[in-house]
Amino acid sequence: MITAVLTIAVIALLAGLALSLAARLLPANSGDLVEKVNDLLPQTQCAQCGFPGCRPYAEAIVDAGAAINLCPPGGQETVERLARLLGKQVLPLAESVLPSVAVIDESACIGCVHCRAACPVDAIVGANQLMHTVIESECTGCELCVAPCPVDCISMRPLP
Amino acid sequence: MTAPTYDLGELHGGLRLPGHKAASTAQPIRNVPVPDRLILPVSQHAGDPAQPIVGIGERVLKGQLLADPEGALGAPVHASSSGTVVAIEPWPVTQRRGDPAPCIIIDCDGEDRPVDYVTTADDFTSLSPDELLATLLKGGIVGLGGAAFPTAQKLMQARSGNLEFLILNGVECEPYISCDDMLMREHATQVIGGAQILMHALQLSVCFVAVESDKSDALQQLGDVLGELQDDRIVLKQIPTIYPSGGEDQLVQLVTRREVPTGGLPSDVGCLVQNVGTAASVYDWIINGEPLISRVTTVTGDGVNNPMNVRARIGTTVADIVEFTGGYTERAEHLIIGGPLCGKSMSTDRVPLVKSTNSILVVMKSSFQGHELPCIRCGDCAAVCPIRLLPQQLLWHARADDEAKLRDFGLTDCIECGCCDLVCPSHIPLTANFRVAKARIWELADEKARAERARQRFEARNARHERERQQREAELAQQKESAKRAGPAAIAAVLKRKQQDRGDD
Repeated sequence: MITAVLTIAVIALLAGLALSLAARLLPANSGDLVEKVNDLLPQTQCAQCGFPGCRPYAEAIVDAGAAINLCPPGGQETVERLARLLGKQVLPLAESVLPSVAVIDESACIGCVHCRAACPVDAIVGANQLMHTVIESECTGCELCVAPCPVDCISMRPLP
Repeated sequence: MTAPTYDLGELHGGLRLPGHKAASTAQPIRNVPVPDRLILPVSQHAGDPAQPIVGIGERVLKGQLLADPEGALGAPVHASSSGTVVAIEPWPVTQRRGDPAPCIIIDCDGEDRPVDYVTTADDFTSLSPDELLATLLKGGIVGLGGAAFPTAQKLMQARSGNLEFLILNGVECEPYISCDDMLMREHATQVIGGAQILMHALQLSVCFVAVESDKSDALQQLGDVLGELQDDRIVLKQIPTIYPSGGEDQLVQLVTRREVPTGGLPSDVGCLVQNVGTAASVYDWIINGEPLISRVTTVTGDGVNNPMNVRARIGTTVADIVEFTGGYTERAEHLIIGGPLCGKSMSTDRVPLVKSTNSILVVMKSSFQGHELPCIRCGDCAAVCPIRLLPQQLLWHARADDEAKLRDFGLTDCIECGCCDLVCPSHIPLTANFRVAKARIWELADEKARAERARQRFEARNARHERERQQREAELAQQKESAKRAGPAAIAAVLKRKQQDRGDD
């Protein structure tokens, strides 16, 4: 009787020790999880979450415990998917936006290149002193080009 | 000569359904006269819509090219009779269940004057396969079985693979439809002739003509033609009368015992399947020079007075065709284009007959519907699924909108045959749920692809910025280095020169 209890106790002690050592010595592999979170984000690179792009936001969620409801382009659906992946509570979206694309009023454009530099996905073409235009199929609707325009000729058009 | 029976691998599941075909096969195919008005949709095929090349007010002849395909996949549209183009505007079409799509509208003059049909060659074997395919492309021929995939392009795609067999699909397994049966009975020569042309175009030496075992007349006629031709490359095969044995992949499996892989095509297992009607129109185009401007279609159901098969010009409205056959009965409540299982309900009979319209079915509303009840997990749906899916599990995941699970359980392989709906004791519209879930999967995949592209562009941009920064730093370092090497005397000299320059200004 005593031997059995002792044997089990010793095994439990050893297993516990091994586990605590492993937790301390082996680094947690957060890379995979960051990748998975990043996969769920819409890749608009709009920085509306307060982080400079989708991947930094994914890193912040995994490593710094940032809230999961900060991505307006992803919508409520992305919040739900993130909640499912991370086992967190579904939160209402902080603010929501409609999917849209940027449109440059080409008659007003002065060719300053500011919007081209701001575009995170190189969806604006144009050269110095020449008219710019948005490649609609590549535009993610992040609105980052709207503010830098000195003549306010960029507007957002909602997608159907 | 009667067709020999072959030992065939059984199809999993499937159903033996009441055929309801006798009513429409009792009389020969009748020709619908030229209507007053033809409505020709510019998109009657898979791929991009054709672009009209005629103007309003222009007089056109029967067989004249009206719209030419633009883009990689498409088929031309020809005038089905002579007359005047009066409009190019949206009109209700079958492909959109009665919602409008762009159509070319012709007021017929009733003379039915054709363009001078140019037959390609007296002997098609004198043409090379490439020439034959190029000619086929201009005939406006698409798959007449229902999917309306442009035939020439299907052949070209298949030819790049390792083909062994041509299979002509004369298995018309859906109830009520009998247009292929009647075509084989009355035009067996064209069907077999089409097969010979297709074999030449693909340089194949084996062709199976697959016909259901209950179509004895059609088998007899085809057998007679084959006996006369003495062409032993073409083999007649009897297929058991089980729905959906006429599905493309199912037929390949029945005939060759090879399974078409998930997401693949029959050409992946060395087969090319063509509908018998398509073969007949290939014959009409290559030998007689007549493009695809008419087809045989079945008019049937308890909602029409006189069920029959008719040959009608593409563009004739369903209303005109039904009136020709003898009009509607008082049981006419529900118009379906296609069969009762895979067909589409229409909101109006003003829709025109298109190349893929194999049946006009008019029935009472209550014929096929029951009240939906909860799933009792009886498993009957899994027993009848011809591709061995688990419909009850799929329904569960479709309702939970779980995309990953739906993919795991093979929803994308579902052929939407409707067998599970028919056997469900709770009358659950499973197939309708699956259609919605499939659309959702494609939508998500689309979103995913967009996100992936945006990410790649973002990463490429960041990489470029990083590269440019490093370049700038390297240049700066180089300048510093060269200044250091030149020594303080040289720097002082340069500075002095600069000062002098400024002084000169």
